[in-house]
Amino acid sequence: MSDSFNIVLAGVGGQGTLLAGKLFGLVAARLGLDVKVSEVHGMAQRGGSVITYVRIGKRVFSPVIEPGAADFIIAFEELEAMRWAHLLRRGGTLLINTRRTIPMPVALGQAEYPDNIIESILALADGGTSVHAFDAQRLAEEAGSVKAVNFVMTGALSRFIKIDKQIFMDSIQELFSGKKAGLAAMNQHAFELGSAIIEAK
Amino acid sequence: MRVLKEIFLGNEAVARGAYEAGVKVVSSYPGTPSTEITQAVSSYDRVYCEWSSNEKVGMEVAIGASLAGARAMTCMKHVGLNVAADPLFTVSYTGVSGGLVIVVADDPGMHSSQNEQDSRNYARGAKLPMLEPADSQECLDFTRMAYDISEKYDTPVMIRLSTRVSHSRTLTEIHEPMEQKLIPYVKNMQKNVMMPAMAVKRHVVVESRQKQIAADSSDGILENAYRVEEGSKDIGIITSGIAWQYVKEAMPDASVFKLGMVWPLPLDAIRKFAATVKRLIIVEELDPIIETELKAAGIKCEGKELFTLQGEYTPAMIREALSDNKNPLSAFDKSALPLAPGRPPVMCAGCPHKGLFMALSRLKAVVTGDIGCYTLGALSPTNAMDVCVCMGASVGMAHGIDKATDSEMSEKTVAVIGDSTFLHTGINGLINSVYNGSRSTVIILDNSITGMTGHQQNPATGRNIRLEPAPAVDLEALCRSVGVQSVYTVDPADTDASRKTISKAMKEPHVTVIIARRPCALIPTGRGTPEQVVTLDRDKCTRCGACLRIMCPALTKGEDGYPQIDPVTCNGCNLCVRVCPFDALIPGKEEV
Ligand SMILES: Cc1ncc(C[n+]2csc(CCOP(=O)(O)OP(=O)(O)O)c2C)c(N)n1
Repeated sequence: MSDSFNIVLAGVGGQGTLLAGKLFGLVAARLGLDVKVSEVHGMAQRGGSVITYVRIGKRVFSPVIEPGAADFIIAFEELEAMRWAHLLRRGGTLLINTRRTIPMPVALGQAEYPDNIIESILALADGGTSVHAFDAQRLAEEAGSVKAVNFVMTGALSRFIKIDKQIFMDSIQELFSGKKAGLAAMNQHAFELGSAIIEAK
Repeated sequence: MRVLKEIFLGNEAVARGAYEAGVKVVSSYPGTPSTEITQAVSSYDRVYCEWSSNEKVGMEVAIGASLAGARAMTCMKHVGLNVAADPLFTVSYTGVSGGLVIVVADDPGMHSSQNEQDSRNYARGAKLPMLEPADSQECLDFTRMAYDISEKYDTPVMIRLSTRVSHSRTLTEIHEPMEQKLIPYVKNMQKNVMMPAMAVKRHVVVESRQKQIAADSSDGILENAYRVEEGSKDIGIITSGIAWQYVKEAMPDASVFKLGMVWPLPLDAIRKFAATVKRLIIVEELDPIIETELKAAGIKCEGKELFTLQGEYTPAMIREALSDNKNPLSAFDKSALPLAPGRPPVMCAGCPHKGLFMALSRLKAVVTGDIGCYTLGALSPTNAMDVCVCMGASVGMAHGIDKATDSEMSEKTVAVIGDSTFLHTGINGLINSVYNGSRSTVIILDNSITGMTGHQQNPATGRNIRLEPAPAVDLEALCRSVGVQSVYTVDPADTDASRKTISKAMKEPHVTVIIARRPCALIPTGRGTPEQVVTLDRDKCTRCGACLRIMCPALTKGEDGYPQIDPVTCNGCNLCVRVCPFDALIPGKEEV
């Protein structure tokens, strides 16, 4: 698994999974690797559960990641971690933002938000699977915006893949070129904080 | 020369391909998953582009541009092609002057659609060549190629996309754009005026053109029309587009015949390929188009007896049907994980549609629905919709109910339709209702934007695709001018007033139109300010839950049972304030 990664970004409409997906696209381009980033647009963006697939490698075909084929899952929310955990391969890595976004049926009392999601995931994970849960929103706020959760999570992931950090930094710069250039530094900072939280563990 | 690569969505790559090919006019109507093509075109300054009022108009504008000698393109989603089918079938007869490309994006699996029809049926029906790219690079290359084919064979060329191609980013090599040409106009009635005498002769041309293209495809004269990938001779697979990606993933060793042009089929080349393999399998999402043609031509193959007619394919489906190859092993057994509660899409905080649907729900109205964000009115908590078929249909269906039933049912019936949808095809229905003495009530939900597809301008918003000022249709005046006697305007956030107006309009013995006007909460004119955020007076709140039942994403039930207002999401629409029986929710500052 040296130069091929399958990454699932699982979140809720509006959490910035699309932008994180695009960042990986830029990273792969800098590495000279093939890449596919599959996005969800339309109806599901209205508060629905959204999933972005990133595949990087010498040659990738299907833009969709099959169950058991994800090397990494970045879950922007606990419930979404549980919903998509079956995509993870044996020995894969699951990163979870512990902040909750309450789905409407739960807000109405028609369904329950399961307790102890992280514990049940840990209990079920087969040996070799690693799970890291942390409050990415706090780190994003520290960096300057709740909207930077996606870069905190990406920073955390970067600890697990052998890609030079500078490539990520340059790609973030590229992502926020032009009118949005002012946002690059803040998001790079969020990335650093995410990276550091894994080190601290 | 340095090779420039972009990480393009399939849709952005189509736009780039058209730009590189020197396209001059692009006219489309939005629709997921096709919308980003035309949006991306608008970033190329030298291309004229527009949001047309519907797909038929969009196609006709492109036909005019082609006739005048320019390269032109029109893009739409699969159901949009139904609307544009009339010009499609006859522009096949006239052919083109400047290259004409028609892009249609299918949505297998219905991520964002009301059906999953297969657009290849249209290429077959209209006898037009159709290309099907499998990734963004092919989107760009095939679009450029489509213009060459169009001008070489004097035919419109269709490009079929699907959601996974349109909405996947892959590395795409870009090139210098060609110059925009204008082929000098020559009047040619025999070719362009399709009256019976002329059309009879043009039909002959259409049939021989299609034969020629199929032959040139088979003979390898047409670049990219197909490609044979040699592999094991035990299984040969014929496939195209996104299904080809799944095949490569699942069956890396098989022999593959990849079609770039999915209509007309290169039957001679396929016959040769078939002779080299033991089993011939067709892998195509949705309809058995290739399979049916092959079987009719006497080429033995297997297809839909192995694969479904519904939804998207996966590598696992292909592996399981064709091989002993193992599917990957998951770290988690899905059935062991607790079931995650769903996240159905909901109307946004501050969505103006919600108040209106609450009024309809209170009135127990029979609602003929239409397509847009407001279709969510069919779900909880309002459940206020009885039928939804296609764009514009609400108006005609309400009229049909009026003519079919007694006055009680008729009075209870209202049509709801968005501003973009009304101007798309709703207005046609309204003219018909007035003319034929309907008593129906039509509510136009004017949120000043085409919301569902990601906020495109439309003829009622006062801006064009490049956000420059444009004339805005005066909806009230338009309705009056077609003969509607009662036209009312309400603020949908004021549920009570809206309900009273609707109730009054329902009883009137002629067509009434109610325009419920308030901008979408996600556009600048509709967005609330931090001062408008609602707050809670805990002393007055009895935790009755009335505010929670409106299902506003900004309102959740706190651990202590009190409603919690998320100040970032709250838009200050005050709908919750209006439903609170105890005045416990305090509105923010008035809008200025
Ligand atoms: C024939 C056709 N073209 C396009 C679409 C895609 N589409 C779905 S809803 C919609 C527009 C909705 O806009 P509007 O009527 O203004 O309602 P809003 O979503 O803003 O509430 C479009 C273009 C479709 N379903 N059918």
